[in-house]
Amino acid sequence: MFQGKDLICIRGERLVFTGLGFSVSPGGALVLIGPNGSGKSSLLRMMAGLLKPAAGKMEWNGENALDDFDEHASNLHYVGHHDAVKPVLSVLENVRFWAGVRGAEIDDKNILTALDAFDSKHLADIPGRFLSAGQKRRVNLARIIAAPAPLWLLDEPTTALDRASISLLDKAIKRHREGGGIVVLSTHADIDIEAATILDISDYSLKKIKQGAA
Amino acid sequence: MKQFAFLVRRDLSLAFRQGMDSMMVVVFFVIAVVLFPLGVGPEPSTLARISSGVIWVAALLSAMLSLERLFQTDYEDGSLELLALSSLPLEVTVLAKVTAHWITTGLPLIVAAPVLAVLMQMESEGFLILIVALLLGTPSLSLIGAVGAALILGSRRGGVLLSLLVLPLYIPVLIFGVSAVDGAIGGYEFKAQLLILGGFFIGSLALTPWAGAAGLRQALE
Amino acid sequence: MADLHRFANPTRFLKLAGLIQPWALAVFLISATVGLYMAFFTAPADYQQGESARIMYVHVPASWMSMFCYTVMAVASAVSLIWKHPLADVSARATAPIGAAFTFLALATGSLWGKPMWGTWWVWDARLTSVLVLLFLHIGYMALQGAFDDRVRAAKASAILALVGFVNVPIIKFSVDWWNTLHQPASVVKMSGSSIHPSMLWPLLIMAIAFKAYYVWVLLVRMRQELVANKVRILRLKQVHGG
Repeated sequence: MFQGKDLICIRGERLVFTGLGFSVSPGGALVLIGPNGSGKSSLLRMMAGLLKPAAGKMEWNGENALDDFDEHASNLHYVGHHDAVKPVLSVLENVRFWAGVRGAEIDDKNILTALDAFDSKHLADIPGRFLSAGQKRRVNLARIIAAPAPLWLLDEPTTALDRASISLLDKAIKRHREGGGIVVLSTHADIDIEAATILDISDYSLKKIKQGAA
Repeated sequence: MKQFAFLVRRDLSLAFRQGMDSMMVVVFFVIAVVLFPLGVGPEPSTLARISSGVIWVAALLSAMLSLERLFQTDYEDGSLELLALSSLPLEVTVLAKVTAHWITTGLPLIVAAPVLAVLMQMESEGFLILIVALLLGTPSLSLIGAVGAALILGSRRGGVLLSLLVLPLYIPVLIFGVSAVDGAIGGYEFKAQLLILGGFFIGSLALTPWAGAAGLRQALE
Repeated sequence: MADLHRFANPTRFLKLAGLIQPWALAVFLISATVGLYMAFFTAPADYQQGESARIMYVHVPASWMSMFCYTVMAVASAVSLIWKHPLADVSARATAPIGAAFTFLALATGSLWGKPMWGTWWVWDARLTSVLVLLFLHIGYMALQGAFDDRVRAAKASAILALVGFVNVPIIKFSVDWWNTLHQPASVVKMSGSSIHPSMLWPLLIMAIAFKAYYVWVLLVRMRQELVANKVRILRLKQVHGG
């Protein structure tokens, strides 16, 4: 169970959203929608613990997630706008590093299986600098399968992906949820998640709230 | 500890495959020192007099120049976010990156220093102490510089700004580093200076990872 | 909403600042007049250095202020990092240029003082060198403040820098003093509290009060201006993002 209550986000000196709450159970999915600048990325970074909310609570299985950053971080995978693929390391080395730095058992077989889930097994020995944007994204997604964590936070994961890769991501998300995992992702549509809760962040901007009150 | 070594190894292999970075630091170090005989004239006694100071100042500048990139590439390609989210505390991550940075840039400087000391006509009594002083002093430079490197992430003017922040904080290392070498050459006391340099190192080892991690956290927000 | 203190108008502070400001100005004007009169007319000329030593009454309080301002910045930075009080940010930011100005004044007067004494405009005396390094620290802080588009980011980064710098100040001071004794300097500024005559101490203390009052006055002017600028910026942001 992952939930947040009365979250307030201030970026720079701007109030992005206020009074935002969410709740996802194991096996559930939460899809964040909203126009540019409504705070989808900020909310995901907040869920990851990278950005501190100005106020509000966040709980992971009943425990305060904002309390111990390292503890919370070990429960989640975050995919942001950048793919963190080093140009001089091979794809295998890149994924191996990110799995290893989380303390996961480094078994190349697991990594290759993870790469295979995104149809990237053939890229294993290719250095990162030769990859296209879409291939980099697939490697980054393979990373989160290689070392399992119950919570996936995906910030527009479909960027740069073609139709076939998106359906691979669909499958991966489905498998993850069947295993009791939680997915939170932001998107401009183009991905089809079954039985997902939709959260429109622009409902929590100051403007909307004022309009509601009036 | 395992992950610490893991992170150091990754940074080392990144540095070796990119190759150029540590080379360039050493080349800068050599060029900066070589400019002095050309500037003040080749007279051996003059050069010998200023040799320890020139080598230390050049070492300071080279260490500072290489620091700009310490967190920069990881910040730009998103690796820093993932490192912050790894099971390693951010303070340890800072320490691991500084360790790798010192091995790839600090050590080559120390290897090059005796050659430059010969070029600068330094008396041979100073050589050993120069190396020992650099061994004790350069880690402090990397540690202090890491705080500056974290603070300037995402700012408008990186390199120049970094030098403005970091160089004044390098002054104590410079003073005691030079005076240890001069002491050894002149036959005076030099153990105290080396002990103080060691003290700086332990002090910055204890304090700078915290400040550096705080700097990275605010850069990632 | 109490959580939005950053957006809240610090009305109470502005009111208080409006009350204190004229008094600070008055204290400054009176004590500066009295202090300068005493410095020029009632204090005796130094038996060694003659009339030129009178510049001490500006130099010494200015160098006190340079350290005082850096301390204020460090304390305000700590308050802003720990308790996130928005006024702490504003005061640290507003103090930096004032501190830099005092530091520069201390250097310039030190140099003027040195000319008749040493025959050169600059001597690497321990005190002057420490003040020079302090000027670099002030400038570094201001440069970092100005290097970010995001005000909040700039405030946090420079707060960390101020604290790191503050921890280093005594270490730098110690190193410079040590370096100086090694190289046998010619120091004129020997200020041991016990040996100074009351006829010289009084104008010095009054000048110190004048400088402090001037600092408070300029700080309040700058803080009020900064708070107004904040309001303008927030209105602009609202224009762009709505809300």
